[in-house]
Formats: sequence, structure tokens, C-alpha cells
Amino acid sequence: MKLSTIVGLAGVAALAVLLEILIGQGYISPFLVAPPSEIGVELVALWKEERLVEALLMTFGSTLASTGIAISVGVPVGFLLNRVRLLAEAYEGWIAGLFSAPLILLYPLFLVLFGRGLMTIIVISSILATIPIVLNTMQAFAQVRAVHLNVARAFKLTSWQTFWKVLLPAALPTIFTGIRLALIYSMISVVAIEYLVVLGGLGSLVSDLYDRYNIPGMYAAIVAVIGVTVVFFKLATEVERWLRPV
Amino acid sequence: MAASRLARSSAGGGKGSSRAAQVLSVQIATFVAVWAAWEALSRSGLLFEGVVPSSLAVFPAILEHLLDPVFWDHMGRTAYEVVAGFALGASVGAALGLLLGMRRFLAAVLEPYINYLAATPKIVFLPIMMVMFGVGAGSKIAMAAISAFFPVAVSVYRGTLQVNPVHVRVARSFKASQWKIVKSVYLPSIVPPLLTGLRLGLGVAIVGTLLAEIKLANKGLGYVVIQHYNFFRTADMYAVLIIIFVIAVGINTLMDRLATRFSHKV
Repeated sequence: MKLSTIVGLAGVAALAVLLEILIGQGYISPFLVAPPSEIGVELVALWKEERLVEALLMTFGSTLASTGIAISVGVPVGFLLNRVRLLAEAYEGWIAGLFSAPLILLYPLFLVLFGRGLMTIIVISSILATIPIVLNTMQAFAQVRAVHLNVARAFKLTSWQTFWKVLLPAALPTIFTGIRLALIYSMISVVAIEYLVVLGGLGSLVSDLYDRYNIPGMYAAIVAVIGVTVVFFKLATEVERWLRPV
Repeated sequence: MAASRLARSSAGGGKGSSRAAQVLSVQIATFVAVWAAWEALSRSGLLFEGVVPSSLAVFPAILEHLLDPVFWDHMGRTAYEVVAGFALGASVGAALGLLLGMRRFLAAVLEPYINYLAATPKIVFLPIMMVMFGVGAGSKIAMAAISAFFPVAVSVYRGTLQVNPVHVRVARSFKASQWKIVKSVYLPSIVPPLLTGLRLGLGVAIVGTLLAEIKLANKGLGYVVIQHYNFFRTADMYAVLIIIFVIAVGINTLMDRLATRFSHKV
């Protein structure tokens, strides 16, 4: 383990102990900040009584489904835009604009269209996640080196072979940067809409516990959300590292 | 974006103007097609009445909102929350980013935690903010601040890593004070990443504030959207969402232009 990791973990532990003491001594109200020890106890309670596992699975499932849809739409669209220059010139500015637009705010509009259910969550999350994939896929195919394509031509590869043997492998690392963004984006969007609309999943659990004024439970659920983020973040980083040629 | 430059430079050499006309006609055709699809969907009877309002109902609703002083009141509240929170979050974020860039060990310790928290959906911190700062403007300002903090901190930190260590050593050997080093060595080279961070930060601060207002508020644009939703005034809801989009995209474009201009100067 690296020294910085050890110092970091020690820092987190020290912060937890400090909070515990400050709350125990009455400097911070336990109604504002839950003591770390209670958060631990509550995590177990959430698991036993509030169906934490079910909520976790729902959030995981929605995120993976949205990312999957985004990949299956975004990569072909990005490739098409790379092939057809006219479309790329017409749409790239718009897509980049959408990337910075607050698309998640459209969720009430999708609620009206698709009803208060999982469908709404997955539709809007996959739209949000598709955009970075399209932009990265376009860039990925544009970056393929001319030398590689010339070699393919010299060996008289068919366009099908050129795609599978040359273009796709060269583009994959940059495409995966888009997929990594998409995974994080859909997770954020899934949890946010779960929290806002209370349709089940981890986000809803946070909202529910606040409404019941179960402060330690609420903190525990937020810690669970951070935990899920860490899992997705590590997952994405690992797969990206594995795909990226050194 | 690099790809757009590539696309533009490869666009057929001397026939620049006819190419531009082609692009424009594709854009106009797309715009008209989307609009026609929208109108067709709203009149088709496939969906319940009012689910997708006709643009003929939405555009007057936009005008109606813009002429209503009460709506400007809501807009003012949202603007206040966004600006206050953004100013707070961005300045703390920039300071921390700079500190981390200058203290490499501290950066190595904190970096994973910052990365994780930056990727966490900030909206789940809203209940904590409501417990601490109440359900009024305070919790929204806090949301804007938390949202803006991370992109600014991360951008500034990455910017300071680009600073040539030789320059810092030269400044040190001339016995420049710590403040002088920050001012003369670090600050000039972090202006472009800082501006990018501010653009991203302002964008997420707007989203954070609006989502918080949608969840629980009695004033602000987010509150207006969710009120229209609750009373099924879909045309009004579309109108307010369009206004929000135009403002958000406009601000983003403006910040982007600013960043481009500055990065050319430096």
C-alpha cells in the first residue's frame, strides 16, 4: 500500500473519531450530523429492514441498462457521423451543445410521456449517457492513423476486414473514454431521478429516510450512494486501463 | 473540440461556401423535421391529450411567462441562489486546487477522495443541506456551492500540474515569497483551466440549484416547473423548460468564448 493511501485512510479514521467526540460532547447536534458509529449501525439496519440490497440492485441495474442502451445507440451513430462528413458538420455543434445543456431537467417531460416508472429513469439516463459516447466515437475514428489504413489497403483488406482488424481496435480506447463518462453520467442521472421522484432505488431511500426524519439512516443511505459511486468509478477505470495500449 | 476542427479542415477545399450552404440546409431540414414530428405527435391522438402540447400553445406560453413580473421574481431567486453558491463553491474550489497543485503529497492523499465525491450525484447531499440550512434559499445556495466546487477544484489542480517545475525553482532561487510565486508563476498559467472549470462549475451549479428547487422550494424556476407539472399545465412546463435551456446554453457559450479568448492571450 502506498504511503499516501495509508495517510488518507488514517485521515478518514481520524475525522470519524473527531466527529464522534464533537457530537458526543455536544458541540455538534446529532440532529445535524449523525455520529459515524451510528451510521455503521444504520447501514446494517437498512440492509435488514429497508431492503437496501433491493435498492442497490435497482440502481445498479438501471445504470447498467442505460449505459448499455447508450453504447448500442451511441457507437453506431458516432461511426456514421464519422463516415458522413456532411452530417458531422451539421450536427456536431448541436451535440456538443446538448452535452453542456441541463438535459436532466427534462425529466418531468419524460414523466408525462412514460409515466412514473423505471421506463422514465432509463430513457432519460440513456439519452444523457449517449452524448459523450457519440462525441468520443467520432473523435476515436477520426484519430485512426493514416499509416494503419494504408497498410490495410496494401494488404488489400476488404472494408469489412479493415473495420474489424484496423479501425475498431485503433478507436476502442477513445471510445471507452466515452463509455466511462457514460457510466458515471447514467449513474448520476439514475440516482438523481430516483431521489427526485421516489420510484425506488438508492436515491428514493435517501429521500424516504429524510421524510421520516431518520437522520442517521439518511446519512447511512448517502454513504451507500458514495459506495456505489466508488464501485462504478473503479470499475470504469480498471476496464479503461485494461483496454488502453501502453 | 478537435474533431470539429478536423471535420472543418477536411471539408472540400475551394467549395467552402457551397459546403456551408449544404450544412445549413441539413440543419434547417432537421429542425423542420423535428418540429413537424413534434406537431404530428401532439395532434396524432396517439397520446393522451396535453401530454405533448402543440408548439402553437408553447410559444405563446413562453411570451406569457416572459411578460409576467411574478415569473421574473422566480428567475431572480434562482439567479441569486446560483450566483451566491457558485461564488462560494468556485472560490473555495480554486483555492484548494491551487494548494493541491503546490503540495504534491497532500494531492496524492486527497485525490482519490476528490475523484469519488466529484462523481457522486450531488443531489443526494440535498437532505443534509436542508437539515443544516433549512428548506429555503440556504440549502439551494449550498447545493450550488457543492456542485461548483468539484469541477473548479479539479480543473485548477490539473492546471497547476502543467506548470513547469523549472519556473518554480527559478522563482525560489530568486528568493521569491510564496505569494509572489503563486501570483507570478502559477496564476498566469492556470487561467485557461480555471476558466474551463468555472464554465463547467457554473453549468452544474445551475442544474444543482434547479433540481433542489424542484425537490422542495416555494420559489424559483425549478419550483415553477414542478408546479406546472403537478397541475398538468404541460404547455407552460415546456415553455419554462425552453427558457431555462436557452439561458443555460447561452451562459455556457458565453463562458466558452471567454475561455477561448483568454487561452489565446496567455
